[in-house]
Amino acid sequence: MKYDAIIAGAGHNGLTAACFMARAGLKTLIVEKENHVGGAAVSLSLTPGWTYSNCSYVCSLLRPEIIRALELPKHGLQVIPYEGGGVFNSKGDYFAYMSDHDALRRELIRHSPRDADGYERYSRAVMRQCKFIKPLLLRTAPDPASVKPRDISELLYILKRFHNLGPREMAETVRFWTMSIAEYLDQYFETPMIKAYIAGSGIIGTGLGPYSPGTAYVLLHHYMGEVDGAIGAWGFARGGMGSITQAMARSFEASGGEIRTGSGLDRFIIKDGKVRGVALENGDELYAETVVSGMDVRRTFVDHTDEKELPQEFVKGVKRYRFRGSSGKLNVALDGMPSFTGAPKDASFLRGDLHFLDDMEEIERAYDDWKDGKWSASPYVDFLIPTQIDPTMAPPGKHYATIFVQYAPYELANGEWDDTNREAFAETVISKIERHSPDFRKLIVHKEIRTPKDIEDQVGLTEGNIFQGELTFDQLLFNRPVPGYAQYRSPIKGLYMCGSSTHPGGGVMGAPGANAAREVLSDLGHKIDMGMSA
Amino acid sequence: MATKAKPIAQVALGLEPGPFHERLVAHNRQQSWVNWMGYASPSVLDNVEFEYFAIRNQSTLFDISPMCKYAITGPDAETVVNRLVTRDIRKLKPGRVAYCIWCDEDGNVVDDGTVFRLSETEFRLCCQEPQLSWLEDIAWGFDVSISDVTRDIAGLALQGPTSCALLKDLGLAGIETLKTFGIAGFEIAGSVVTISRTGFTGDLGYELWIRPADALKVWDALMGAGKLRGLRVIGYEALEMARIEAGFLLPKVDFLSAQTVLRADRANTPYELGLEWLVALDKPHFNGRRALVDLSKQTPRRKLVAIEIERDKPAHNALVYHRKNREVGMVTSALWSPTCKRNIAYAWLDAPYGQSVTDDLWVEIYLQKEIRWQRRMVRCKLVDKPFFAHPRRTATPPADH
Repeated sequence: MKYDAIIAGAGHNGLTAACFMARAGLKTLIVEKENHVGGAAVSLSLTPGWTYSNCSYVCSLLRPEIIRALELPKHGLQVIPYEGGGVFNSKGDYFAYMSDHDALRRELIRHSPRDADGYERYSRAVMRQCKFIKPLLLRTAPDPASVKPRDISELLYILKRFHNLGPREMAETVRFWTMSIAEYLDQYFETPMIKAYIAGSGIIGTGLGPYSPGTAYVLLHHYMGEVDGAIGAWGFARGGMGSITQAMARSFEASGGEIRTGSGLDRFIIKDGKVRGVALENGDELYAETVVSGMDVRRTFVDHTDEKELPQEFVKGVKRYRFRGSSGKLNVALDGMPSFTGAPKDASFLRGDLHFLDDMEEIERAYDDWKDGKWSASPYVDFLIPTQIDPTMAPPGKHYATIFVQYAPYELANGEWDDTNREAFAETVISKIERHSPDFRKLIVHKEIRTPKDIEDQVGLTEGNIFQGELTFDQLLFNRPVPGYAQYRSPIKGLYMCGSSTHPGGGVMGAPGANAAREVLSDLGHKIDMGMSA
Repeated sequence: MATKAKPIAQVALGLEPGPFHERLVAHNRQQSWVNWMGYASPSVLDNVEFEYFAIRNQSTLFDISPMCKYAITGPDAETVVNRLVTRDIRKLKPGRVAYCIWCDEDGNVVDDGTVFRLSETEFRLCCQEPQLSWLEDIAWGFDVSISDVTRDIAGLALQGPTSCALLKDLGLAGIETLKTFGIAGFEIAGSVVTISRTGFTGDLGYELWIRPADALKVWDALMGAGKLRGLRVIGYEALEMARIEAGFLLPKVDFLSAQTVLRADRANTPYELGLEWLVALDKPHFNGRRALVDLSKQTPRRKLVAIEIERDKPAHNALVYHRKNREVGMVTSALWSPTCKRNIAYAWLDAPYGQSVTDDLWVEIYLQKEIRWQRRMVRCKLVDKPFFAHPRRTATPPADH
């Protein structure tokens, strides 16, 4: 069989790239090792009546330009906002994050009138940074070493935007991109619980602690999302994260694309430095002169490409690229709504992201355990019950809890990720939640445990890193994934990358996929109008 | 493990009732509220036109409790306030009020408000935006105490030509001797009330500062005495009309606080706002002084001006043009002034318009007439503020009506 283009991996970026390529008229095929599409954006039913967002669990980063251009709402995608969130501390108090601005102010004043002012200044500072960086997401990162007019004009574009920030904000931007989230928040807040609540966004998915430099940027990365134009707002994909990739798959098929699931990739077929197609694990060979890999850069070039075909320098860059899985996940079917000792009756913030924390130091200590090759004795959890809002994921009156857990190492210092350790890991999480929600344990009907090893094995993310590689400054922009190869092309002609290992990075954003498609189409001489006004 | 038996109650969602809420609800027949710093503030109670005319003809009551209020007290209070504001506060005597602005280090206006000097060492700052951490940071290292007293003091604006007579009816001996921007203590219905001859209407009027526990008692006494003086409870919309006529600026409408702007170039200097008369460059260091010294020598990059527009349709959200074709600015507040019978507005004009170029300015007004939009280009001219000025505002003693 001969195709114009083959995409390896039906994750959200592979699907996004595929959609744009099919829309441009290319005969496009996606091959996927699992029996379903979605990668890390899936909704699976593991126990009758319940649907889990097995991996990623909230939607905010998915670019509205992509939603619009691929007509995802027409193909069934609905993103619904969730309100608020909160953190419970060990003293019976809580900090409730409210979406109602005045109520939030009252809540901040309850803890510290200074923090109420600080919050306004903090939000403005973050918003300014978001506004600076947002237009860069759907643009290919310029290569600073290149003298091509496009690279130079892109660099000038960034420099001009940077300069427009003014001297004070330019200094702020550099600080923001390099400093730790803990020190950043110390400038604005004094209440430990409030800082701990916000700091979570600075460490989720990374092998860094809140006091590690670079975590302020990670927070920014999480904040770039938007629901209906409100920057930083988060939402649920109705029906779980799988509805995003399901809608993409439908959009792709509506443009004539073909998907083969249960078709694991063995290797890319390369001849004379050019890609010729893919060889599947079942022995089938499929041919195309354009092949795009949605897999991370390590899997693409170490596991599925013959090293002989690649320049040594590139292989070195790929091997040194850092993944460092740091998180696990529990998906839990609940027989009813759990109660929380510290929460007042009908607390509205329970509908958001919940955490059980005293301060940022507690997160840092959780990180210390990870460095020692252990899962955190008192992990950071991002706990949500989407079924309070989404009626589609559990039977009426029953609930589904998504529990993101940090930190958990990819390799345990003592032992393997066997069933005993996986259960013990889950037990650590459940007993932490139980301290704040005494009836939680007895409501559990079914649970799915995912360690970084499981995420690698089942989803295909190297070391279980949810971003397909750390989001630190050394691995961003024109350095992502490898210097000189940040524009979605590889050393092999016709072989492209479109996963989160490329600019602008992880999260269910779709931007790497869309950017990669633009480069592919431009190389094929297509007039590029992807219907996106970025 | 949670140790408290009872969880802490969640803070209220939605608009909060203020100290006069019970009475406001009873009067608010329109049931229309606006959000003022999270409080439910009436926008119109009955009819905006009659509420407005009560300001210029009788007396009106408006709840100003949501205003942010800060107490600055201690031996260094004068020094701290003087570092905060751009005016020379050393000239403000105890028992007097001054309208002030304060700036950030770039010389951009953070907020405007009134500074009450209650004694040598006690000041109170009333303003629109929360300022606590800003004040605390300025006071760092000084012997001064700063506290947010917003919720400790209820406020009522009693404004209109019969307001002095009304207070005299209540037995407030000597109220007629209180000069504009003066402060004095009185008793109403057995409650201690601090009264300042201040207001946002440009008319004769007072602001009453009350302990929240006494709020309803004082309200009832005023309403009782007000029966013979045409007293009317008013909402935000009527006040907004009077404040435009009076030449006052409204933060978030006419300008934004330098602390809240997202786009750095949206902040404004006193020179752009036409408030240079509030800047005392000859006093010692204060916030923004270094930048203001430079700015005072430059032409402002834009200017907030008062304009009068031909014909009678208010120029809400209108763009301003030079020679009908070059866009040079925009209107922030607009009103057909029922008292002055003039079509008035404030507008931002980019330099040199409104400064060296003041002729041939036009306002583009869109009118909806039975669904269809009509575009109208009308001439406008620069005028002086205030649009409405009446000698009764400052006459001491004031007349009874």
